[in-house]
Amino acid sequence: MALASPGARERPLSPHLLIWRWHVTMAMSIFTRVTGGALYAGIFLLAGWALALVSGKETYDLYMGLLGSFLGKLVLFGFTVAVFLHLAGGLRHLIWDLGKGYAKGEASASAWAAMAFAVVASVAVWVIAAMTGAL
Amino acid sequence: MVELLLPKNSKVGKGRHHPAPAGATNVKRFKVYRWDPEGDGNPVWDTYDLDTTTFGPMVLDALIHIKNSVDSTLAFRRSCREGVCGSCSMNIGGRNTLACTHGWEEVPGKEIQISPLPHMAVIKDLVADMTLFYAQYASIEPWLHTSTPEPQGEWRQSEDDRAKLDGLYECILCACCTTSCPSYWWNGEKYLGPATLLQARRWLVDSRDEATGDRLDALEDPFKLYRCHTIMNCAQVCPKGLNPAKAIGEIKEMLVERVV
Repeated sequence: MALASPGARERPLSPHLLIWRWHVTMAMSIFTRVTGGALYAGIFLLAGWALALVSGKETYDLYMGLLGSFLGKLVLFGFTVAVFLHLAGGLRHLIWDLGKGYAKGEASASAWAAMAFAVVASVAVWVIAAMTGAL
Repeated sequence: MVELLLPKNSKVGKGRHHPAPAGATNVKRFKVYRWDPEGDGNPVWDTYDLDTTTFGPMVLDALIHIKNSVDSTLAFRRSCREGVCGSCSMNIGGRNTLACTHGWEEVPGKEIQISPLPHMAVIKDLVADMTLFYAQYASIEPWLHTSTPEPQGEWRQSEDDRAKLDGLYECILCACCTTSCPSYWWNGEKYLGPATLLQARRWLVDSRDEATGDRLDALEDPFKLYRCHTIMNCAQVCPKGLNPAKAIGEIKEMLVERVV
């Protein structure tokens, strides 16, 4: 860190993240990242399912029991939200890469829309799952 | 590098409280970041209860009132007091802006918190060290590059080509955008940041400039340009209403266009 002169004490770093009043675009940016990470972890759930499937009925039943528990369902619902949020976040980046949607109002609106889409789409998937008896 | 919390020597403690003058009826609390290079303590938040009938409408008016009438030790930069010089950029109520063009009544919440531009080395109080910021600006060589012989008169430009500089030339280099950017917070020594990149775009689209290829070569770097993740804080806070994120997107587009 820069020193004013020899013997001067080290300058402090000014406050940043913890004093910042967030815009929705900043929130959506970090959500896109975090859900990207969550999807990476979530893919192991799918891999685990495939492994359980080839390991015989007992292992498969145990695995499905875990996923079907309350905690398992909570994780799976979180995974669903992450899928749709990351999808919507990716679409925003595609639109930006076409040179569109950079205006302040547009970027904020698309951030809200992405989050609303993720919630609505996740709930819809789970309602459909419940109605078809998949839960 | 991502460090969400402040280093030990930068944690902000509780400072002095300056009560409102007796008989004041319209009192507003201003919470101001203080750090004295000649002292030996950490930074602190000083609170000033001010009688708002005694100064003008802008945050800068309040700061000048503090310095003139309450506490002359407060240090901050200011010059033009009309949003042209870019000196009084700081963080007000959690967002970067110019103290001279931001009304204190516009700041939400009970108290108005004022701190230096975020994630910068503090020289004193609200004065941040801008050395790196200016060096990054200088690195893009912000002047006209030409190789053809100089014309008799001036370098001419059509009205349409001149219009391409609108939204870019207005930048006053206050650094509100650059120091609002989380990518710049974590990678400020390698990423050029929104203000410098907006200026880079300003020279890239100038019809009179003849170094477009060299300028693009210099920017084609995973850190200098591509640390922009379109977080949009830059455009959200720019006190001149400019859009660095869009300018950066346009540079990325130019880099793609020249290879396809």
